[in-house]
Amino acid sequence: MSDPILQLKNIRKNFDTFEAIKDISLDIREGEFLTIVGPSGSGKTTLIRLMVGMDEPSSGEIWLRDERIDKLPANKRPTCMVFQSLALFPHRSVGENIEFPLKIRGVDLQVRRQKALELLELLRLPQSYHGKRIHECSGGERQRVALARALAFDPEILFFDEPLSALDYRLRKTLEKELKALHEKTGKTFVYITHSLEEAMVMSDRIAIMKAGVFEQIDPAREIYSRPVSRFVAEFMGEVNLIPFKIAGKVLTSPGEIMLSKSVTSDISGQLKKANASCGTIVVRPEFVAFGKGQAADFSVEGRVLQDYELGSRIQYEVEAAGLGLVTIEKLRMDMFDGKPGDQCTLSWAMSDCHLIVGE
Amino acid sequence: MDRLNKRIAYLSAAPILILLLVFFVAPLLVIGIYSIMPQKSFSLLAMPDFSSYSLIFVEGYLKSLFWSLVLAFSSTVILFLLCWPLAYAMAKIFNRFTLIITIAVVVSLFVSENIRLFGWLLTLMKGGLIEGLLRHYTGNGFEGALYNVPIIIFGLVYVYFPFMLFPLMQGIAMIAEDTRQAAFDLGATRWQVLREIELPLAAPGIVVGTLLSFVLAAGALAESKLLGGQTVIVLADDIETAFTYGQNWPLGSALSMLLIMIIATIAVFGISRVDIDTIMGRKRS
Repeated sequence: MSDPILQLKNIRKNFDTFEAIKDISLDIREGEFLTIVGPSGSGKTTLIRLMVGMDEPSSGEIWLRDERIDKLPANKRPTCMVFQSLALFPHRSVGENIEFPLKIRGVDLQVRRQKALELLELLRLPQSYHGKRIHECSGGERQRVALARALAFDPEILFFDEPLSALDYRLRKTLEKELKALHEKTGKTFVYITHSLEEAMVMSDRIAIMKAGVFEQIDPAREIYSRPVSRFVAEFMGEVNLIPFKIAGKVLTSPGEIMLSKSVTSDISGQLKKANASCGTIVVRPEFVAFGKGQAADFSVEGRVLQDYELGSRIQYEVEAAGLGLVTIEKLRMDMFDGKPGDQCTLSWAMSDCHLIVGE
Repeated sequence: MDRLNKRIAYLSAAPILILLLVFFVAPLLVIGIYSIMPQKSFSLLAMPDFSSYSLIFVEGYLKSLFWSLVLAFSSTVILFLLCWPLAYAMAKIFNRFTLIITIAVVVSLFVSENIRLFGWLLTLMKGGLIEGLLRHYTGNGFEGALYNVPIIIFGLVYVYFPFMLFPLMQGIAMIAEDTRQAAFDLGATRWQVLREIELPLAAPGIVVGTLLSFVLAAGALAESKLLGGQTVIVLADDIETAFTYGQNWPLGSALSMLLIMIIATIAVFGISRVDIDTIMGRKRS
């Protein structure tokens, strides 16, 4: 693994008595696409403002390679940000917007025009856009102009503050993929913040889940999805079934009328005992729960289908499981449940498709 | 529905249109016609001879015009430099304090301009508040601070302060915080942010503020009369004299027309320079 390009060391940020960031340390790797995800109020905007230099941390250090930068103002840092509002300059043309960082540095008119045209091409905007006014551009085109302007700056790290949140769904999906492709093409380090997990999953190499000023988990999307460290992360990463277990003495108590195979019982109680924990939660994603009792039915429970929802490619079922409450199941259209709401059913799933959170 | 709206719009605009026609356009026409009448004529129907306009160049009126414009220009420049930081703070930094400053500035407008200028007269004259106190306590007096060009400019700046401050504040409030920060983030220094982002984006407010102050100051009379004594004669002074002591209405009208033309030219030029729609990022409809 290459050396980190940006290092946060024990960063804290207080606003009066409110602790927005509580002791965060983070290594951002050269060339990676890191997304920081969290609900609103989790401190992600505060954190990105510290990283680009619009605010100073209350304590802690920020290092860019081997230079300490936490006291440097934003205009002295070799990083830049694409704003949520994009913050394009309405009184300047598309070309002038893109050329702005070069003009600031006193780059020759011819050279910077050439660069602007190259960037227009990179972002798949026609060269005729150079003279266009910002208000003549559509939402997606403005996104690209803002990106081109940031790339013209040629930053060491490019930060994004939820720039896609104002766009409609389809355009957002397109731009997410374009952004990922652009990341690969430029090889730059991208740090992206969003509250949309979908956005994070599509684009990122690593996702950092933030909650109340701290990181809950930093891992690749797949890892976070299948092995969440906490109930918060599990629930944040989409639909999930959480089944709580308690252990008292040697006896594992499972909720409701759920049936466990022998090997699973000893597996779970073993893991909980090893960690000296009195409780744990089994995480199982809706797509891993099967109707009927299959081969590897480590867990099984009787239930009644309450409702089915069309999700397009999949169908979601809400099942009232005996003593467990609601269990969510998702099935591809080709293996739909052959019954209707109100029918009885048996649910089962395998331990290998589950993840155990110890201690919660 | 649309047609009804249109009718209502015309109807509700009618009173002010009539008012403007009767009390603005009509007097302007009268002045225009008087200005081409023969000297000392009180009739609007005499044979036009344009003699007043040639008189402007013969007598010393160009000098008065020069002083009017110089005083208006310098007070406008000073007002801009003075008001920008305050307007900036009021629009972007102060929260409740903005309201207090606004009230303080507006309350000063409740007292008539002349009375406020007399107040300054009593403060600054020889034997006035400042000089008198100084002489009483130190034994050494001075000649007072009145009757010179800087004090006239001071008076203009003082009187027309709100006319620069509030439009500037409006203009600065239009600068989106993000655009400033983005420019800064893209490497711009404070000066570059000011020049490239803030001044152009606040241009509508700047144009309105400078036009208002310049136009008002160019036609101002009281400051040069009260604070300036007769150090310099401004054009408004000449106009007043022509209408009153001189009893030469055509000459007064011609001088007025001269001032109106110059100011109108500057105003039209100023307004055409900023395309407010473009700056606001809106399309012209």
